Amino acid sequence: MSSTLRLFWLFVAAAILVPFFPQIVYPIFMMKVLCYGLFACAFNLLLGYTGLVSFAHAAFLGSAGYVTGALMIRHADRIGTEVAILAGVATAAAIGAVIGGLAIRRKGIYFAMITLALSQIVYFLAVQFRWTGGEDGLQGIPRGRLFGLVDLTSDNAIYGFTLVVFVAGFLLVHRIIHSPFGQILRAIRDNEPRAISLGYDTDRFKLLAFVLSAAVAGLAGALKALVFQLVSLNDVSLHTSTEVVLMTLLGGLGTIWGPLVGAALVVGLQNYLATLGDMVTIVIGLIFIVCVSFFRLGLVGEFLRLRKSA
Amino acid sequence: MGEIVLQTFGLTKAFRGFVAVNNVDLAVRRGTIHALIGPNGAGKTTVFNLLTKFHQPSAGRIVYDGIDITGERPAATARRGLVRSFQISATFAQMTARENVRVALQRAQGLAFHFWRSERALDALDDRALALLADVGLADFAEVRAADLPYGRKRTLELATTLALDPRMLLLDEPTQGMATEDVDRIKALIKRIAANRTILMVEHNMSVVADISDTITVLQRGEILAEGPYHIVAEVPAVRAAYMGGGHG
Repeated sequence: MSSTLRLFWLFVAAAILVPFFPQIVYPIFMMKVLCYGLFACAFNLLLGYTGLVSFAHAAFLGSAGYVTGALMIRHADRIGTEVAILAGVATAAAIGAVIGGLAIRRKGIYFAMITLALSQIVYFLAVQFRWTGGEDGLQGIPRGRLFGLVDLTSDNAIYGFTLVVFVAGFLLVHRIIHSPFGQILRAIRDNEPRAISLGYDTDRFKLLAFVLSAAVAGLAGALKALVFQLVSLNDVSLHTSTEVVLMTLLGGLGTIWGPLVGAALVVGLQNYLATLGDMVTIVIGLIFIVCVSFFRLGLVGEFLRLRKSA
Repeated sequence: MGEIVLQTFGLTKAFRGFVAVNNVDLAVRRGTIHALIGPNGAGKTTVFNLLTKFHQPSAGRIVYDGIDITGERPAATARRGLVRSFQISATFAQMTARENVRVALQRAQGLAFHFWRSERALDALDDRALALLADVGLADFAEVRAADLPYGRKRTLELATTLALDPRMLLLDEPTQGMATEDVDRIKALIKRIAANRTILMVEHNMSVVADISDTITVLQRGEILAEGPYHIVAEVPAVRAAYMGGGHG
């Protein structure tokens, strides 16, 4: 087992203890970190390991949340929670295939701008559709029963479920990065013309990476909808798309741990500095400026560099 | 001399009115080393980009091995066994030399899209990757990141990666550019050796390399063919001497 995975299981062991010591870390805070951590992991798969900048990730997070939430509100008595989650993930993957398919024809900033424009369409649809609740969003989403058996209503049940889904998602991203496919993604990130000259249709690899990233972002969104029993327009907004960039860069781009650490940092600041109101944005902004000026590799990236040179 | 393996008919490329390559009829024979020379801006690299489909020609046709590849996508042409190198060394900087070669080997393995499989599946390729590295004298650098290799070694790694595809035809864009003399001799010997069962088309400025190892030379000037033939013939063409060789190259 690699040292990364050993560390990961240590983290999981600590996370299991959280509900027993709510005076140290609120379980609800931890679940928020896990949701955003998974979201940032999905984003990192694209930016850190494929070299694609997407401003559409809120569209995946939000659309999956809306579909999962709407299904649970209407059909919680008839379908298991897992069906609603899968439907949400499938929706995110499908939207990812459309947005990715259109954007991948262009490179660099044009790619990013196309993802931004298309994600704005998703936002517009979320405002306009009746089933998304428009400005109100979806509220009071029931958590339902997993496979019709396990009731997820209690705080401990949803906490355990969140942790399991996070672990599955994290391991999936880890596997994709360390797979034969992941090697080709790294090659494309390093030198795309060279990868083409070796006979790889790089657009197809980038599209699959995009869809996988969208699907995992969707998983995070579906999970978040169940944990907070709430989906709002904020989940599909540009603000959320930029926040995940921030989390990934703060934590460390292209590192396995970076996105999770970055998500914990941003969510933590938002929570513990909530008394400052709108000032939180300024504090996070300043931290970001310090980070890109002095710790360009992010917290985890700089740590790994120091350990390597020591 | 073998049959013609790569041929162009009236190959032309214009960029917004500027004609970079004009009506070029090129014929490369199987099993030969064919050099493409000419002053800067003569259109050599553009011809390379056209042949490997990185650019679409404005007019003309390209036939490789009896098949018209004019409208093909670059990756598809590469899979036919027509593989190029780049003028500026093209390696995967963050990957080790071994991993660089493995990326090329991976294509034939057919696992490239397998995102659910462990990368340990690639370990099966390590022996061949290391053998290829040893073959070009990079055995000691297998675990060095490509970005950390000295320039000459990067170019050698690029060759090893290209050879991993076992291409039937190689297009080398200035393989000795920017190299020290001892590196040039090593690359020259290497090209000569890998040409044993392959066809090679190369753009090269170093006339000693061209004179020593090429069978046929095509001289380009302002996008058009100025002369063609073996070195001793081409070198005597007055227009070539005036345009290129007389200019102090060598």
